[in-house]
Amino acid sequence: MTERFTKDHEWVRIDGDVATVGITNHAQSQLGDVVFVELPEVGRKAAQGDAVAVVESVKAASDIFLPIAGEVVEVNGDLTGQPALVNEDAEGKAWFFKIKVSNAADLDKLMDRAAYDAFVKENG
Amino acid sequence: MASPTETTQAAPLLRTPLFDLHVGLGAKMVPFAGYEMPVNYPAGILKEHLHSRARAGLFDVSHMGQAMLEGPDHATVAKALEALVPADILNLKPGQQRYSQLLNEAGGIIDDLMITRTREDGKIYLVVNASRKDVDFAHISAHLPAGVTLVPMPGRALLALQGPSASAVLGALCPAAQSMAFMTGTPGKIGAFECHISRSGYTGEDGYEISVADGEAVALAKLLLAQDGVMPIGLGARDSLRLEAGLCLYGHDIDETTSPVEAGLTWSIQKRRRLEGGFPGAERIQRELEKGASRKRVGIKPDGRAPAREGTAVSALLGASIGTITSGGFGPSVDGPVAMGYVAADYAATGTPVNLMVRGKALSASVVAMPFVPHRYASKS
Repeated sequence: MTERFTKDHEWVRIDGDVATVGITNHAQSQLGDVVFVELPEVGRKAAQGDAVAVVESVKAASDIFLPIAGEVVEVNGDLTGQPALVNEDAEGKAWFFKIKVSNAADLDKLMDRAAYDAFVKENG
Repeated sequence: MASPTETTQAAPLLRTPLFDLHVGLGAKMVPFAGYEMPVNYPAGILKEHLHSRARAGLFDVSHMGQAMLEGPDHATVAKALEALVPADILNLKPGQQRYSQLLNEAGGIIDDLMITRTREDGKIYLVVNASRKDVDFAHISAHLPAGVTLVPMPGRALLALQGPSASAVLGALCPAAQSMAFMTGTPGKIGAFECHISRSGYTGEDGYEISVADGEAVALAKLLLAQDGVMPIGLGARDSLRLEAGLCLYGHDIDETTSPVEAGLTWSIQKRRRLEGGFPGAERIQRELEKGASRKRVGIKPDGRAPAREGTAVSALLGASIGTITSGGFGPSVDGPVAMGYVAADYAATGTPVNLMVRGKALSASVVAMPFVPHRYASKS
């Protein structure tokens, strides 16, 4: 399974032609207590970099951008009732949505774990 | 994910005397009103907020502006201040504190502030907002009669101790504090430190604001933090606490265009001043008091879970634009979204259904009475 990261602190894991997307543990720690998550509609098609979901902490709202182009095939309904799951398990149970990948080449523009860790370290 | 917290700041940021203490406690520091301030500590905004309503929280509000207005006697100084604010200052008793607003000639709010008649004749103690202190002090100084002077107190820190156990905590260190009435101020010794203590705050809870010399601020803060049940609280929770309490934040819920009547602050204009006028913008304010303002600040409760942030457009059910959210977010004690904003007077009645335009979608909401969480102040004198 391939795992990649964006500079906007999303993670994406590819399994066949389906990609699961969430926000990184670093991102949730920067946000603080997550109190609301807005998920995309299943069937929505979007391009790499499009804002498709929203995560809100007590203080502010942040967009979630699509790491690679595709069509939303499943969303994590657990987050609607338990947004705090994002703080508890950002890179596990708190995945946001799954997409059917339409352009696998988009992955080439993303970072692997080591590159992302270095990016976070460099940018505080 | 787009991070909301990265802010670039050109001017060098100021620091309060507690800066190193905040960093040592693990605070996340952010720019606020020209200062580098703690937005939250490792506990996080949610826990800090709930702790302040359950026990007691310690806030560093040293960035706020403190000053003494001084003159030959109370009547002279009070009259000078009454020319700038709509509250009754003349009839304050020694030690009594009042909330008011510095007004411009159009009746707009230059700043809101706390005013205490000290026990020393001819001295009135002022606390103003950090973001406005330079503007305020210049404005006040420029409008004083001969013999009355404004003396800023840049060497003083300000700590707020807020929450239902604040009185027991401070009472153990300074017994006189426990019997203070709400909205009074007095000199007092906390441990070894000479302070000015006010029983007031910005959370809707009982509590105190404590002015102390910069050089003693860290030791006083450490003494208070060492007391059972006291936790450091950042500006993030300060904002969610005051929002739930229905209290205005300058530059957001009130500014130079909003009048105290529009802002729902008529309770802070005492009867004598309403009748006599004699403050800037009196014509507009007296007219609005008599005939009503065209817009009003109201509480707005979204029906769902999505917060509506500052700047969100408010519309009537039929689609007409009727106002804007000026403060909005998540209320940890309410356990849901809360907001306040201005709406046209026809839509200001409690229970009026409205729509909030959030990310292009209309979310249903209602005009509600504030506060969202009942105030639990100590009794007044």
